[in-house]
Amino acid sequence: MPEKPKIGFYWCASCGGCEESVVDLAEDIVMVADAVDIVFWPVAMDFKRADVEAMEDGSILATMVNGAIRTSEQEEMAELIRRKSKIVIAYGSCAHMGGIPSLANEFSRTQIMEFMYQESPSVVNPDKTRPMTSVKHNSFNVTLPEIRNLVRTLDQVIEVDYYLPGCPPTPKLLKDAVLTLLSGKLPPKGTVLSPDEALCDQCARKDTKPSDLSFKHFYRPHAVLLDSTKCLLSQGVVCMGPATRAGCEALCISANMPCSGCFGPTSRVRDQGAKMLSSLCSNIDPKDEDGIDAVLEDIPDPVGTFYRYGLASSLLRKKITEDM
Amino acid sequence: MPEKNIKSNYEPKIVAFFCNWCTYTAADLAGVSRLKYAPNVRVIRIMCSGRVDPQFILQAFASGADGVLIGGCHPGDCHYAEGNYKMLRRFRLLKRMLKDLGIADERLRLEWISASEGEKVKLVINEMVEQVKALGPLAIPQHLKNINEELKHFPGEEIREEEMAHA
Amino acid sequence: MSENNIKMNGNGTHKSAGTPKIGFYVCHCGHNIASQVDVEDVQKFAAGLPGVTISRDYKYMCSDPGQELIQKDIKELGLNRIVVASCSPLLHEHTFRKAAEKAGLNPYFFHMVNIRENVSWVHDNRESATKKAKDLTRAAIQRVFFHKPLEKKSVPINPDVLIVGGGIAGITAALTIANAGKHVYLVEREPTIGGHMAMFDKTFPTLDCAACILTPKMSSVKAHPNITLWTYSEVEKVEGFVGNYKVQVKRKPRYVIEELCVGCMECIDACIYKEAKYPDEFNQKLSKRKPIYIPFPQATPQVVLFDPETCIDFKSHRCKKTCIESCDRKAIDLKQVPEYKDINVGTVILSTGFKTYNAELSPQYGYGKYPNVYTSLEIERLVNASGPTSGEIVTRDGIKPKSVGIIHCVGSRDQKAHKWCSKVCCMYSLKLAHLIKEHTDAEVYNFYIDMRTPGKGYEEFYDKLMTEGVHFVRGRVAEVSDWALVPEEENKLTIRVEDTMVGMVRRIPVDMVVLAVGLEPREDAGDMRRLFNISCSNEGWFLERHPKLAPVNTFTDGIFIAGACQGPKDIPDSVAQAGAAAAEVLSLISAGSIELEPNTAFITEDNCSGCKSCIPICPYTAISYNEGTKKAYINEALCKGCGTCVAACPSGSITQNLFDDEEIFSEIDGLLKFAGIELEETEAEHA
Repeated sequence: MPEKPKIGFYWCASCGGCEESVVDLAEDIVMVADAVDIVFWPVAMDFKRADVEAMEDGSILATMVNGAIRTSEQEEMAELIRRKSKIVIAYGSCAHMGGIPSLANEFSRTQIMEFMYQESPSVVNPDKTRPMTSVKHNSFNVTLPEIRNLVRTLDQVIEVDYYLPGCPPTPKLLKDAVLTLLSGKLPPKGTVLSPDEALCDQCARKDTKPSDLSFKHFYRPHAVLLDSTKCLLSQGVVCMGPATRAGCEALCISANMPCSGCFGPTSRVRDQGAKMLSSLCSNIDPKDEDGIDAVLEDIPDPVGTFYRYGLASSLLRKKITEDM
Repeated sequence: MPEKNIKSNYEPKIVAFFCNWCTYTAADLAGVSRLKYAPNVRVIRIMCSGRVDPQFILQAFASGADGVLIGGCHPGDCHYAEGNYKMLRRFRLLKRMLKDLGIADERLRLEWISASEGEKVKLVINEMVEQVKALGPLAIPQHLKNINEELKHFPGEEIREEEMAHA
Repeated sequence: MSENNIKMNGNGTHKSAGTPKIGFYVCHCGHNIASQVDVEDVQKFAAGLPGVTISRDYKYMCSDPGQELIQKDIKELGLNRIVVASCSPLLHEHTFRKAAEKAGLNPYFFHMVNIRENVSWVHDNRESATKKAKDLTRAAIQRVFFHKPLEKKSVPINPDVLIVGGGIAGITAALTIANAGKHVYLVEREPTIGGHMAMFDKTFPTLDCAACILTPKMSSVKAHPNITLWTYSEVEKVEGFVGNYKVQVKRKPRYVIEELCVGCMECIDACIYKEAKYPDEFNQKLSKRKPIYIPFPQATPQVVLFDPETCIDFKSHRCKKTCIESCDRKAIDLKQVPEYKDINVGTVILSTGFKTYNAELSPQYGYGKYPNVYTSLEIERLVNASGPTSGEIVTRDGIKPKSVGIIHCVGSRDQKAHKWCSKVCCMYSLKLAHLIKEHTDAEVYNFYIDMRTPGKGYEEFYDKLMTEGVHFVRGRVAEVSDWALVPEEENKLTIRVEDTMVGMVRRIPVDMVVLAVGLEPREDAGDMRRLFNISCSNEGWFLERHPKLAPVNTFTDGIFIAGACQGPKDIPDSVAQAGAAAAEVLSLISAGSIELEPNTAFITEDNCSGCKSCIPICPYTAISYNEGTKKAYINEALCKGCGTCVAACPSGSITQNLFDDEEIFSEIDGLLKFAGIELEETEAEHA
């Protein structure tokens, strides 16, 4: 019997949701487990870094890495996985585009440290201690990974072959990806494994969207009673669907919540946030500056709205600050 | 500080998007009238200011522009009826967003310059170059390059003092 | 040209088949460019850029030898992209595209770099100007990598013409075009054509009788086999584009069947109202009319109409309808409803005219307060032989005035009203002064800021008036009042004015004041502008494409303007413009088709998610949603190529020819190559 292909999973700066999504395969996980050998999956199986280091370079068919890259350790692991795997798949929004963790790129490392270890209301730290990457303790030298200045996408650190988008990717997309890998019919390198058109195409409420929206107000979803049958944009809620790659089959919308953009842009767009901003603003009603500003005030946090999952992969990548 | 020196004799690079019918024509008029203005602006001709995709603006900054100038027809005068209003709306939100991302207000400017306003091309460009000069370089590619140097370092080898015990 | 003027420098590494082989040419433009830009340096710089097969500089690229140079290189070196750095593309893009085309290259593989208007003429530091020229060059060379061959777009011209507005301009244009054998739809809002000119008695400076020269033309319009005349009608909807406009015209109900009415006016006599008691609009409300009326005796068409606001039957349904009984042709139909006509035309002339300034908005002149203050248009009717007084000038008090003051520039050249000069008021004031003097022998005073009489025979007319004993007082009138300070002012209107010739304030008592009201755009000019997708100036006049070189064209192909809708104009100018507009229309019809820039946008159907964000953005309704495929698509014939939808498409599924995303991104990249201060220069990644 020929050896089964080897598959790995790894996580970096992420919430764990991506790991959950693997389990969400339900019965299909049995199919996956039958078809492949999972050789590395720290969250579920007892493998150590040394086990991976011991593997032959390129011996893993594919490793799915979720999470953004924030620390030196994640960087090292990503490089190790790259060496050991024929195919590296950035799994989920954080590995794909930086994800929610990359909103931290709006702040410098110093600012984050100061808040987390000093200014946060729940912190008591009169000595102003900060985490140290190295400390002597009982004659041992204890080390911690370094927090980097920037949250990065996986492909900003190592070469990535494919992307499986979503926060998290849906079981269907994961299953399709695994079947594609096993089939050997691989798409061109760099492909995002999800349909290359915007979500509206898959949205059940597509037909209810009027062609002229002429926004006079925007509402945040908690602030209005939303009609669960009508296009959310038509109800003045910023739905990122038009600027977001399809593939999730409009899950959030079916729960009456707007798309917040986790699948990222289509292949034809360089910057998802800029495109959504452009589309939305072009369609607001007023023509005078004051009127325009009054409508746009309803979007209090444009960066958080348009780059919720993708600040690290946006054109600017971060807030430009003197102290980095 | 070396940055100070850069500021004093540095020449900002500004990318401009001028609409074919008004501002580009006005810039031609400035030329025909031999008006002299600062050489820092590089113009890209588009048919309408409504064509300016915010991606172009972000790409210009990300590629190293210190400022971006957009020129369109006056409200009501757009050759394509309302393309300039579309740009104005994007501009208002984009400016706010760029502020949140640390890009100073003066670095992005939208001006209505009609085909007859060659003089205004000169005034706007000169003023913007002065303002951006005073701000100093934005130099995002350099900035990112500096940050990316950390990727070669590994823990234990070098530890940044400011993140060590503050006290 | 000697070979010495041509410097060659090539980069041989990019000559493989299928990859761009770029020819770069930088122009000296004599000294215009070469004096401020180191042209040779730019040429050498370009030679080293990826994709450049040949780089040359030359004295005058636009000259025949310059163009031949490009053509020779295309043929001999197999160039497939051309970049010329010279003057503005608005000047010579066309020239170089044609040159490339002649050599067998698709003209849209050409791109132009403006290093004259944008560089050499506006900078005086040779070093930084050269640097800028290089940046622009690199941007263009990177850009042409992404250029695609495009088809020229040609659309046929429907030979039928719509003219909106039946004043003297519309009438002239209609007759010119109809006489050339083309069909004209002339749409007029009022019940008759003729416009303002029909109200005048005489025209300056020749003092021709306005009716004598106008009414024959009006009759010709009515009788012309190539003219469909729709009066009392308005344009409701306009769709389409040059060569193929679809227009809907609303024909308002006259309650009289136009084809049956012969204009005998017996119904008017038979009206239950024995006396006319409603203000007559045509006579500026200086006389009365009945609910059934004809605007004036020579009205064209000669068809009566009902005013439902005043007709008893419309109000109470209790009229005896003596009018219906009186009509032996059974032409009256009180149940008539608006009729909508759909027509297809290839071109449109707008000649919707002007309105006069509302004198009540300048209260210092007392219009509306003192009955003997008149507007110039009211006086036109008063002096008119077919007017309310049969040409006799009497004040509203019924007296023949012994003294009349004409106040110029009412609503014109006034910071509080309109800043512009209305152009015709000086001349018509002189005409009215002459006519009033002729009719009444009164003392006539003209109060003017400046006398503006440019025009053939105009200054001579002014000279003539000065010998007729008309008084001229230079100064803007401060006030008209009935407040008498001295006995001579009692029961008179006193004009208080600073006479700037003598440097003193004067009070001049008169029996009648005439306000020379200025011209302003029609109230609904903005609606018209939107309907026909043309532009207005800030003042509201229709905007011409170019004030000198395209005065009757608009920025919208196939839509032309004539007469005072474009700005204040007298009759000769309006007629001349109407002729010009007619010639433009006939030229298009005669050509049969028009070539358009192929810079249109298109949607890639597979990419479109059907989010509809683009649909309302298009001012030309070129984008529509296909309910079958659930995708949007662009009607290329309607697209004008602004690219606004491209910028707004959230999934990047719209492409604009000539201004594609990748073309612009590569330009941005090319401009900024050296911007990262110490960044290593990386070669552009080309698809």
